[in-house]
Amino acid sequence: MSTLLEVSGVSVSFDGFKAINNLSFEIGPAELRAIIGPNGAGKTTFMDIVTGKTRPDEGDVLWGEKSRSLLKMNESQIAQAGIGRKFQRPTVFEDQSVFDNLLMALKKDRAPWKVLFYRETAEDRARVGELAEEIGLADQIGRKAGELSHGQKQWLEIGMLLAQEPRLLLVDEPAAGMTLAEREHTTDLLKQAARTRAVIVVEHDMEFVRRLDCRVTVLHEGSVLAEGSLDFVTKNQQVIDVYLGR
Amino acid sequence: MRQSFVAKNPSVLVFLACLGLFTLGVSVLSEGMGIGLISTSFVKTLGKTLCLCLVAIAMDLVWGYAGILSLGHFAFFGLGGYMIGMWLMYARTEGIVAASLSNAEIPPTPDELRSAIANQIFGVVGSSDFPAIWVFAHSLPLQLALVVLVPGLLALVFGWLAFRSRVTGVYLSILTQAMTLALALYLFQNDSGLRGNNGLSGLQNIPGAEGVPQSVISVWFLWASAAALGLGYVIAAFVVSGKFGSVIRGIRDDEARVRFLGYSVEGYKLFVFTLTAVIAGIAGALYYPQAGIINPKEIAPIASIYLAVWVAIGGRGRLYGAVIGAALVSLLSTWFTGGRVPDLPLGFYTVSWVDWWQVLLGLSFVLVTLFAPKGIGGLFDLVAGRRAPDRHGADLGPDPGALREKEAER
Repeated sequence: MSTLLEVSGVSVSFDGFKAINNLSFEIGPAELRAIIGPNGAGKTTFMDIVTGKTRPDEGDVLWGEKSRSLLKMNESQIAQAGIGRKFQRPTVFEDQSVFDNLLMALKKDRAPWKVLFYRETAEDRARVGELAEEIGLADQIGRKAGELSHGQKQWLEIGMLLAQEPRLLLVDEPAAGMTLAEREHTTDLLKQAARTRAVIVVEHDMEFVRRLDCRVTVLHEGSVLAEGSLDFVTKNQQVIDVYLGR
Repeated sequence: MRQSFVAKNPSVLVFLACLGLFTLGVSVLSEGMGIGLISTSFVKTLGKTLCLCLVAIAMDLVWGYAGILSLGHFAFFGLGGYMIGMWLMYARTEGIVAASLSNAEIPPTPDELRSAIANQIFGVVGSSDFPAIWVFAHSLPLQLALVVLVPGLLALVFGWLAFRSRVTGVYLSILTQAMTLALALYLFQNDSGLRGNNGLSGLQNIPGAEGVPQSVISVWFLWASAAALGLGYVIAAFVVSGKFGSVIRGIRDDEARVRFLGYSVEGYKLFVFTLTAVIAGIAGALYYPQAGIINPKEIAPIASIYLAVWVAIGGRGRLYGAVIGAALVSLLSTWFTGGRVPDLPLGFYTVSWVDWWQVLLGLSFVLVTLFAPKGIGGLFDLVAGRRAPDRHGADLGPDPGALREKEAER
């Protein structure tokens, strides 16, 4: 299987504290992966490194068929290369409508000059409509995002990610603060997305991970502790010691 | 479902109509063109106010929409004024010098003429040579190009340096203040080439229009200022109406998120910063011929802070708010500082408004910021019944049993 993203031997420390310690990680082009680990295991730092927010002290992050290094690119270039990120707290543009939020995320030329003279086509409208349908916000498309419920904002953000048509989706705790029904919808969205692209979900909640039914990577103190199916890793004695046992 | 530009921005038509009526009304009542109810100096004040409204629109674009609190846009305004002032002063002095030398027995050579002009202009700072920056001053088209280019290039270089290093928020504001202060201090020097603290004067005399009385020229400038304001409003509305507007408002609200969407935030900021600097430069080029004089005091840091105050009081994030704020506050300021407001005797102390106006202005700024963050423009929302989305305190979900906000925020 070819790899889409390859993180090899990456380390980063903040004021002497090693947040990531010689971490290596791979994911294929159409794969769903959950990353779990206790607080401070380096889950968010890992995402920061992949999306260009944090520069590692050593190691390399290679992307795509041509194995381009992501370390030389800034956040927006990485996003344009096809990596989308969803933050833990829903960050949508509250002052703007659901439609505008999705339209902004739609995969189009991002250069200021092009955007200035951009006028939406019927095709773009249809695409935004489809996305809204997919995330269950078709009725809310004209509302301001700030009026949506917490769960709806999470979906809107996932919808914005899908609109970017990324090849890799990084999702940070998508189920936080959701009701049971909302969680199920979220699981479906992520599973569906993973059919055509790579999806990495960082999650605390074991029930949610079980529902995702995918390979799991356990992080601990900045490196990979175990990797495999959820049943496999939960039987691992080390994992039980550092994480589940608490 | 697709809407036209005007349908999306009904305020543009309303604004243009109001501006047109205002200009027509003032022209009819002016001394130069109409029945003479409005004095020439007041026509000039109104014309200048229109220019201030234009620079307020620029400020609103850069602050209210893109979230960059620039406290340096009056520097661009002043630079625009200096650029047009150089031509006005050169051309007028040339006319005077040529007239006086034409009586001489031997007609002057171009060199003699040029040095006589230099002597006339720079005698006051003890120099008789043209500084290098006056090389284009003889040509109106070139100086007009500089009105756009000088503020534009300064903003481009400054913005590139600042945004590239990701300077944001209050640090950027301080940096822009420093730029303004540095520019003003430089211009105060006699050898800066722009006559030091004397500035450029006599700008109200338009070369080639010596026979036209000021009362008529003032109306011409009123029209030009109104046209520039109308055009600036339409351009600004165009910039903020489409997806570009979405992106810059996104940058204002959550810069990192926009970056992770794949937009190069720095490029957008630089574009808005430079565009607004150019608009400010044009506004300045129309303002100072009406004011008649420009000196480095105009560029002092406080001027740019006033600009921010106008926009805050008028209501940032909406273009008509900026116009209302600039017009209202600058006209009130003229009224109060003009000494025509009766003093307020309190018995033990007499409030003289010339001194106390700034206290009043500062107080209203604080009150607006605290109690009416949307400014005067927010009144339109009250009328229209629009409200900002706010779910704080409510539970998060549409489903019963959803978490309360407190529980979800960990």
